[in-house]
Amino acid sequence: MDKIPAIELRNITKTFGGIVANKNVCLTAEKGEILSILGENGSGKTTLMNMISGIYFPDSGEIFIDGKEVVISSPKEAFDNKIGMIHQHFKLVDVFSAAENIVLGMQDTDDFNMRKYSNKIRQISEQYGFDIDPDKKIYEMSVSEKQTVEIIKVLFRGANILILDEPTAVLTPQETQKLFKILRKMREDGKTIIIITHKLHEVLSLSDKVAVLRKGEYIGTVITAQTNESQLTEMMVGKKIDLNITRNDPIDPADRLCINHISCVNREGVKLLDDISFTAKGGEILGIAGIAGSGQRELLESIAGLQHLNEGEILYNNPKTGKTENLRDKTPLQIRDMGVRLAFVPEDRLGMGLVGNMDIVDNMMLRSYRKGKSVFLERKAPKSLAEDIINRLEVATPSASTPVRRLSGGNVQKVLVGREIASSPTVLMAAYPVRGLDINSSYLIYNLLNEQKQKGVAVIFVGEDLDVLLELCDRIVVIGQGKISGIVDARNTTKEEIGLMMTKSPLEEIKEEDGENE
Amino acid sequence: MIATIINRAVMQGIPLLLGSTGEILTEKSGNLNLGIPGIMYVGAISGVSGAFLYEQAVGGQVNPALAILIPFFSCIIGSLLMGLIYCFLTVTLRANQNVTGLALTTFGIGIGKFFGGSLITLTGSDIPSISLSATSKVFKASLPFVKSLGWVGEIFFSYSFLAYLAIIIALAASFVLNKTRIGLHLRAVGENPQTADATGINVSKYKYVFTCIGSAIAGLGGLYYVMDYANGVWSNNAFGDRGWLAIALVIFAIWKPSISILGSILFGGLYVVPIYMSNISVQGVELVKTLPYVVTIIVLIITSIRNKKENQPPASLGLSYFREER
Repeated sequence: MDKIPAIELRNITKTFGGIVANKNVCLTAEKGEILSILGENGSGKTTLMNMISGIYFPDSGEIFIDGKEVVISSPKEAFDNKIGMIHQHFKLVDVFSAAENIVLGMQDTDDFNMRKYSNKIRQISEQYGFDIDPDKKIYEMSVSEKQTVEIIKVLFRGANILILDEPTAVLTPQETQKLFKILRKMREDGKTIIIITHKLHEVLSLSDKVAVLRKGEYIGTVITAQTNESQLTEMMVGKKIDLNITRNDPIDPADRLCINHISCVNREGVKLLDDISFTAKGGEILGIAGIAGSGQRELLESIAGLQHLNEGEILYNNPKTGKTENLRDKTPLQIRDMGVRLAFVPEDRLGMGLVGNMDIVDNMMLRSYRKGKSVFLERKAPKSLAEDIINRLEVATPSASTPVRRLSGGNVQKVLVGREIASSPTVLMAAYPVRGLDINSSYLIYNLLNEQKQKGVAVIFVGEDLDVLLELCDRIVVIGQGKISGIVDARNTTKEEIGLMMTKSPLEEIKEEDGENE
Repeated sequence: MIATIINRAVMQGIPLLLGSTGEILTEKSGNLNLGIPGIMYVGAISGVSGAFLYEQAVGGQVNPALAILIPFFSCIIGSLLMGLIYCFLTVTLRANQNVTGLALTTFGIGIGKFFGGSLITLTGSDIPSISLSATSKVFKASLPFVKSLGWVGEIFFSYSFLAYLAIIIALAASFVLNKTRIGLHLRAVGENPQTADATGINVSKYKYVFTCIGSAIAGLGGLYYVMDYANGVWSNNAFGDRGWLAIALVIFAIWKPSISILGSILFGGLYVVPIYMSNISVQGVELVKTLPYVVTIIVLIITSIRNKKENQPPASLGLSYFREER
């Protein structure tokens, strides 16, 4: 046990403004070992790794490499310490060839000769089993090829410690298998590999040790062979906390919005939504849980008419006329003209929801400017609406004519939610409506959502805090990688159950993995 | 006749070539410097001021070496200062590049006219221009045997040293950009500063150095115009829209200095051709002068339609870079 660890972190702390991203994190990794860092989104995994690779600088704490304390204040110093990071969003120059990207930033003393570099790259590729053409341009490459370039880039610099930030998030199962094979080969070669992930089956099949982070705090490290999925899930999501959010039973819920087998793909051909089906009922709050980026945004945007669908239909039962209409591939304006009263509180408040440089009144008018016959704008009604929202929701603002961007996050959200509710919707969609809000503002938002539910509105709530989802919602749809992994009754489920659903991939994938190991 | 037209086209093209080479180096670092017209003005008036003071001091009996070195370095210092102002505002303070560039153009033209006007007042001349014929004569010196070579000499060997220097600079820029490590790093900074930073390249340093070098090169374009093309005669407004033409040439050359050499001669040709047309109206001349811009727009349309990644502007052109932005 008196081996010197390849890398050791002691009490690393980092804050951004008032938000603590990492608090007293300790980690060790040996040579020839694969360490997984497990945690939900926002648990501080990437921030921690960015500090090792010199992108951020820790506020306090020490880093030891091979037993010696080091200070890493820039990416270059990370390279000097033989640390290489493969970021989730690839850091590659599109118009450069693979070889040009790989040698970028290197300060050799010998002359600059691309052919010599290409040969060395081919040599590394053979050693580890990569399949790459050094002269191919990045923009002509698939995601998996780009990742290969990133990995070769750090190997080329002689890195001994490789950090991979969610490397499998963008890969197909086959590509993932290939990557794991390469990583195991590197482990045999004596390299230290740190892999950030939230997929449990990958952790179990690949790593030697698992370190768990939760909301910036270090929970602990366990040996993979001595643990199981449920223990890891518990460490990851933590014990349930009582929030005392009021929840009434739904009053005669009726099907309002039926999502039938919808799918959509992005420009690269990756499926963002894969055969999603569920029903949102009037008079209930439907929660949507999932790791960030699992398709929540695309789901809401496709209902709002902002996302093109490849398959499926979105059926809306109009409570007034009793007619059923398909909202698929309609623009937001067409949807409104059909008499569908849809309110949408997007995740990106000042990007999609409000215009930061305009005041509260003008932002109210974004929804109502088409009303009225005169060539001049009708400002009276929006002004009284703005004042009403300021009073009722206790928006802290000097006046209704203050630009929205000068308000704090919570107040911006109140203005946005207030405006959306004022249109007396029949469907209300809210994506992370309490993100960045203090406790009081959060409860105010919960109450507003509950109020809408009492009025018979079908509320769809996308959240990240499982405790809130469990107490606020009536039913919860869990999605993972664009697929539905389960629909549960929020009253009779546990945090662990949802946590498992969020992180688990479909069964057949795990079986394939186990076969590989034997 | 044809040889004369080509000769004039090249002379028209050289200021554009210097301006566009400077701007290409600048843009490759991700800085869209719209201050180039102003910088060329400042380069010109700095050179003129240096030459003027020197000529006044020696009373017209100029030493050839000093007559070249003094205006040359005055010009470089003047335009370098403009480049530094631009870098300080956009790289260090992260001001908007378009606004900064346009302000520098207004500022530079103003400076040019102010000092130009002041020098004209100093000479007490009746016409609104100053003539530095002694300095210009040194600048315009060409190889002695050119006359004996006929049209070959006129097309290829009749120019002054600044013209050849412009072509050498353009070829050198092309070589540095494509064949050296520095060029690779520079292109990475302009394409994707986050990536460049993550690989340990000093983004701010590259932006500063190449924007300033680019400004100095562009400033030489102004100097060439006054000393060679205009025979040492400075008059306010004479430089015209050549600065904007240089920026248009960057797009025409799809950010390649080697293409810029040919492009500058083409643009220069379009500028001078109407002079040699016997029966063209005044309006016609102005119409022909718009052709370079029309050609640039056509090039833009073609490159946009073909959408070949290599022919697009640097991906982060016009954006400031700040590492800890989340």
